[in-house]
Amino acid sequence: MTVESATSAETTTGADAPAKGLAPRVAMRAIAKSFGSVRALTGVDLTVMPGEIHALLGENGAGKSTLVKILYGALKPDSGSVEFDGERIADVSPAAARSRGIVMVFQHFSLFEALSVAENIALALPGRRADTALSEEIRTISRRYGLAVEPEASVAELDVGARQRVELLRCLMQDPRLLILDEPTSVLTPQEADKLFEVLRRLSAEGCSILYITHRLEEVRQLCSGATILRRGAFIAHVDPKAETVASLARAMVGSDVPVIAEERVSERSEIALSVRDLSLPRPGLFGVALKDVSLDLHAGEIVAIAGVAGNGQRELFDALSGEQPVGSGVLFLDEVDIGTRGIAARRRAGLALVPEERNGHAAVPGLALGENIVLTRHGRTDGTVGNGVVRFSAARRLAARIREAFDVRAGEGDPPAGSLSGGNLQKFVVGREIDRKPRVLVVNQPTWGVDARAANEIRAALIALARQGSAVLVISQDLDEVFDIADRIAVMADGRLSEPQPRHDMTREAVGRLMTAGEEAEDAA
Amino acid sequence: MRLEVSLRGERGLLLDTLSALVALAVTVAIAGLIFAALGADPLAGLHAFFLSPLLDAWSLQEVAVKAAPLILIGLGLSLCYRANVWNIGAEGQFTAGALLGSVPAVLFPDWQGPLVLPAMLILGMVGGMAYAAIPAFLKVRFRANEILTSLMLAYVALLVLDYLVRGPWRDPMGFNFPESRLFTGDQRLLRLVEGTRLHAGLLLVVAAVPLVWFVTRYTLAGFSLRVIGEAPRAGAFAGFSRARITYAVFAACGALAGLAGILEIAGTVGQLRPVISPGYGFAAIIVAFLGRLSPLGVAMAGLVLAVSYIGAEAAQVSIGVSDKVARVIQGTLLFSVLACDALARYRLRLVTTPAGAPAAGE
Repeated sequence: MTVESATSAETTTGADAPAKGLAPRVAMRAIAKSFGSVRALTGVDLTVMPGEIHALLGENGAGKSTLVKILYGALKPDSGSVEFDGERIADVSPAAARSRGIVMVFQHFSLFEALSVAENIALALPGRRADTALSEEIRTISRRYGLAVEPEASVAELDVGARQRVELLRCLMQDPRLLILDEPTSVLTPQEADKLFEVLRRLSAEGCSILYITHRLEEVRQLCSGATILRRGAFIAHVDPKAETVASLARAMVGSDVPVIAEERVSERSEIALSVRDLSLPRPGLFGVALKDVSLDLHAGEIVAIAGVAGNGQRELFDALSGEQPVGSGVLFLDEVDIGTRGIAARRRAGLALVPEERNGHAAVPGLALGENIVLTRHGRTDGTVGNGVVRFSAARRLAARIREAFDVRAGEGDPPAGSLSGGNLQKFVVGREIDRKPRVLVVNQPTWGVDARAANEIRAALIALARQGSAVLVISQDLDEVFDIADRIAVMADGRLSEPQPRHDMTREAVGRLMTAGEEAEDAA
Repeated sequence: MRLEVSLRGERGLLLDTLSALVALAVTVAIAGLIFAALGADPLAGLHAFFLSPLLDAWSLQEVAVKAAPLILIGLGLSLCYRANVWNIGAEGQFTAGALLGSVPAVLFPDWQGPLVLPAMLILGMVGGMAYAAIPAFLKVRFRANEILTSLMLAYVALLVLDYLVRGPWRDPMGFNFPESRLFTGDQRLLRLVEGTRLHAGLLLVVAAVPLVWFVTRYTLAGFSLRVIGEAPRAGAFAGFSRARITYAVFAACGALAGLAGILEIAGTVGQLRPVISPGYGFAAIIVAFLGRLSPLGVAMAGLVLAVSYIGAEAAQVSIGVSDKVARVIQGTLLFSVLACDALARYRLRLVTTPAGAPAAGE
């Protein structure tokens, strides 16, 4: 397999500069939208030319998804105009948007796992059924764009990369004139991402416009010929990304310089804090992944990052470490004490702290106030929030206030419900809740998933600071930039197996990418 | 044309209260229609049913006496429902409490003294708790649906009661009537006011409301119920055991229902009979929901449901409709509460454009 360098200077797109006199594919002017007292968008402009690959940049909460929902017809703007191919759109509805050729690949996939690929695609095409004609058409288009998809395969058996190809193919079958992609590369290996870019460039050359939502600025410089930057619901700039640097784009997005994570750490090998020895677990359900001989020694004071595409056993590993999934004795040791048979509360008492992937409904209860959410993981004897079985909510609120202060969590007045916080702020809160305990071992799954650049940097800096103070930190992440940013050693999870952790400076992105697909190659060879 | 259902935003205490009051109003309106359909004057019927119980001292006493078991059981059920445990069998737990609580009075009729009544009350609670433990065990161990098991066990308990009062526990001096011997002296609860039916058990009800409020609002146990009910995965992450909580809420509800059962026998009825409850255990399901699963709300809802029992008797006397109309109106109330809650939580919208069709403007 040939691997293109991720920082290749090759940046040609089908339509670099919009032709003069051509009507824009999309022209949104002075769009405003409020939800109650919250002004989500104020006077935002967006112009995408035919065949242009245009980036929409902004932190979480900047208004990107609101703008896209308006374009997609799911929301009505309070004021402003939307033109499509020079024609003003009066009535907005998802059906009308689809009939104009506006299609979207969502960040969280919308496929039915129990159905086949062809059946899923037929659902998006009114009047079509999953018959042989449709399968033939799927094969034709998949060959034309180099999207390897088997129409008869069951979606449940596909990995995330393949699922994204199905979503993309489903959009292509609808003769798109504007394709919207929301963070498409966050679930892909570097090699897969390069393949996706080839498809997008080809589409663009055929005249399809692409609106590309991402927080990976390097990709924007590689792929896009225009970029619109939003900040806190306001239009900031329309720029040519190739004339910008990653730093200047980030500055425009955030409004100030993004703190750079301090380099140069001395990581001295100290004692092993957490040890996993030959952990194997059967598949937890129809759609789960079995863990196969996972071994790992995590030393105090270091950060080990586990890279890998989601759905390769990361969730199962986290559940086994947390104690939500019982593992039995002899496989899991914290400071040489066997904690495998203990429940999650007892593991916390032993010094383990945990941040799961899902913020809402797992790490926090959206309907409960922040002060109450503190109690979820902080009801141990030493936390001071519970005495004689009675919850001291005032103490919990003080603890919540301390964490909000220390981790710059921006939330409403008083003690608001967790569900009212933006993703980045809630993530800072649930990470802060664990770091504040000064745990012996912290295990974090996807620490910055769906979090804006500034909050992500703050979270990474906090994890590094925690490791410096002597805690052992295990980060499970599918964001390769993050893995290389913060890890002392890097391991890769693929198909339920964990590779031997290697020091960061001995690893390259290509090597990580090869390890990510190791399982598939082994199966192909067999 | 199609109906679209979408979630509304925040739920608040105001909306919850409003929804309950609208449900009451809807029920009164439908009750009027029912009276009209039965050939009675609707206004006279509504007056007899909803107002007359509140207008004289005797009826008010009766409302209090009937509200007592409804509130106790409703408190227990609200704990279960908060934790997403669907205990439907409080009628059985009530009966089991009445049976076990009656053991001292029935089997040792000569036992008198200050210990006999506490023994009866404790046995009543133990009986309800033990009976509630069965569906809890079946749910935890075999994942059996507690709605089915608890409901079916309710009928088993009613049949055991029927068997006992017709067989082994029948009063030997009772002329073959299917009744146990009358409880006497210290086996009965004291009257709060001489010459009324207000018994000392009402004080326990008054104490139970703030107690349950405190437990749900301030203790870690009560907090864990809320978390497990709202977000089971977050509950597991917090280290709250789903199994332990299932046992705990079933046990608490069983104890409260069992206490209600023995209070009813030792306070109001005075002996065991084939039928000791006009469906308190089932009506309390309505009490729990009408009371928004909050202890104070349950107390108020218990009084409302008690009015419906007394009102039905009054309506039977004054306008000659069957007292079964109480069941009909209680059922109407449950449906209204559920419907109003659904409409308060979800927005219904009639959409005239068919899905997939091109919209206007093209």
